[in-house]
Amino acid sequence: MLASLAPALGAGAVAKLGGVSLTAPASAQDAHQHAGAPTPAAPVHHHGKALDHPGFKAGQSVDHAANGFHPTELLRDFDHGTTRRLASGRVLREWELVARDKEIEVAPGVKFPAWTYNGRVPAPALRAREGERLRIRFGNGSAHPHTIHFHGIHPSGMDGLPGVGLGVIQPGKSVTYEFEAEPFGLHLYHCHVNPLAEHIARGMYGAFIIDPKEGRPEADEQVMVMNGFDTNFDLENEVYAVNTVGFAYMNDPVRVRQNELVRIYLVNVLEFDQINSFHVHANFFDYFPTGTSLEPVEFTDTIMQCQGQRGILELRFPHKGRFMFHAHQSEFAQLGWMGLFEVS
Amino acid sequence: MEARTASRDETGPRRLPAWLLGLIPLLLIAGAVATFALLDGPGLSKRTGPPVEELAVERTVLKPGEIKLSVRNDGPDAVTVSQVIVNDGFADFTTSKDSLGRLQSADIAVRYPWTEGSAYNVRIVTSTGATIDHEIPVAVETPDSDLGFYGLMALLGFYVGVLPITLGMLWLPFVRRIDPRWLRVLMALTIGLLGFLAIDATLEGLDVAAGGSQALGGTALVFVGGIVAYLILTAVGAWLAERQGGEGARREGGHIALLVAIAIGLHNLGEGLAIGSAYAVGALALGAFLVIGFALHNTTEGLAIVAPIAARPPSLRRLVLLGTIAGAPAILGAWIGASAFNSSLAALLLGAGAGAIVQVIQQLVPTIRENVGGVQRVLYPASVAGILAGFAILYATSLLVSV
Repeated sequence: MLASLAPALGAGAVAKLGGVSLTAPASAQDAHQHAGAPTPAAPVHHHGKALDHPGFKAGQSVDHAANGFHPTELLRDFDHGTTRRLASGRVLREWELVARDKEIEVAPGVKFPAWTYNGRVPAPALRAREGERLRIRFGNGSAHPHTIHFHGIHPSGMDGLPGVGLGVIQPGKSVTYEFEAEPFGLHLYHCHVNPLAEHIARGMYGAFIIDPKEGRPEADEQVMVMNGFDTNFDLENEVYAVNTVGFAYMNDPVRVRQNELVRIYLVNVLEFDQINSFHVHANFFDYFPTGTSLEPVEFTDTIMQCQGQRGILELRFPHKGRFMFHAHQSEFAQLGWMGLFEVS
Repeated sequence: MEARTASRDETGPRRLPAWLLGLIPLLLIAGAVATFALLDGPGLSKRTGPPVEELAVERTVLKPGEIKLSVRNDGPDAVTVSQVIVNDGFADFTTSKDSLGRLQSADIAVRYPWTEGSAYNVRIVTSTGATIDHEIPVAVETPDSDLGFYGLMALLGFYVGVLPITLGMLWLPFVRRIDPRWLRVLMALTIGLLGFLAIDATLEGLDVAAGGSQALGGTALVFVGGIVAYLILTAVGAWLAERQGGEGARREGGHIALLVAIAIGLHNLGEGLAIGSAYAVGALALGAFLVIGFALHNTTEGLAIVAPIAARPPSLRRLVLLGTIAGAPAILGAWIGASAFNSSLAALLLGAGAGAIVQVIQQLVPTIRENVGGVQRVLYPASVAGILAGFAILYATSLLVSV
């Protein structure tokens, strides 16, 4: 009796570990490489590859059309607004942002009731040049009060803070924020209405880029906003991502050219977690914290950012193939903040 | 006026057939509901407020590279399983059904390279982003439900059920020889043993029910099972008494012994269930210690069966039958527990065991009655000592077998 119990109780499972080969094509569909200008390709499903990489349920993808934005398009979508020259000779740059409540799909089949600027998360990456006059018309079409708080140097009344200047913008109201584009670098904007954590975590944030007067060297420029979603509202994120949709760049890699300069505008807006990070495989990058200097401060493959921190990464890929990038908090990576560069 | 009213009261009901009179309240209720629906009463056509999404995990099966959960929709609204997170990482999975209506169940097979001995948190993410967590405290491969496995469970059930009870029944020659007063103490001891088992089964049932699906009643099932078993055994007891028509103490003792055996059998069904399910989830690592503990624990149950028939012992065949009725359900319980454990069923069965025991205690109480100072008493120093001793014995032996 006891002898027969022992082997049965001791019979252990041998866990199968999938072979991890990060640069190998993840599936037959991915094997043919896409040359030319990166365009949003049909999502590639990783059937039966779950043991190779963490990922969502196989054979599913987010309905990007219903979301109204595609992570691959967001990546290189910079909103320059409209410009005209003022009598003084200065450039006036104008944008229009509208707050809207919208349900978005942040993981296949998982909906999140987001609050957005212009119906997308992250909000448009606003891009201006140092010294310009900026005018942002903001209409609140959401059911909740909002503001736009820009990082940068501007008068107190234009700070998008409750009780100061323009203050809180109630639903149905609209205002115009106006200030100078300074200093040059990579900044961000977000809602600053109480409860602050919720107004940010619901999706009201975007990158705000001020180019230096002399510009930056020609490059394949990309914007990556590191974010997360607390889908069950327990003040912890269930889904982590760059540009909202978890694992989006695993299924549809970021396509770049060999040896071409790649410039990534990286912003961390992640709520509820203390820090976030960026790590690229098999490569190093120059890091320009906040982008306020044209000289890099570090040559590395991993950087860390707290919420609101941001920086510019410049790198070239000397080798062809697939290279992973992800948060070097493995938990975030496994929960969606993981992607691939495909170098051709 | 008064006269007319009175006459209507007398004759009115007679004009209508009885079945119609019985139907009228039901028709009125249907009419009221229909009116409510026509007025589009709140909550009828459309749910007010956010959906309530609940899933209860009824069973966990671990196979190499796979964690399989059987879930049941416990809540009032449909639940769509959209993603699964295992230990803070999304994982690939398949479902037998994506969208579960109320009380529907589905299997979720998660592909995951789990390792033995580790703890896992399986988090089901629904379409609204709500999450349902399930903990696997210690991962152990679920044994295959093949013939050898059922054989092993049968052996386990035999060792913890049939064998100790049969051995306990060997006290029969002893109880036959002792003085009637001592026999009454022994019966009191039996009551103590059974009382402890009833408490034990109730607590175990409540525990199991609280951890499982609440949709089918949850902890209420323990009491439902208990009341049903109590009433059925009472009816069976009355039927046996009537059929045997007061043929004296022998028959009386015989049918009490049978009821005790049935009650203990129901209890052992629950015990087998606990053993089988603990084995299936890898929690039964005590092995030899556990089997010895159960054997000691259950030997006393054999005594409880033979004590009522000490006066005139039945045939050997009948004794074997009684032992089997009391012990064999442990085998059945182990099979069910290991292969198709369901917390609702377990709660119901454990409750039934407790209810049956209460009924048997009720039957046994008159047998310890003694004339103390001209008054028939149930509780007197010797009987109280017996009951407490019964409690103490099972308390001590149960320390050996906490599954």
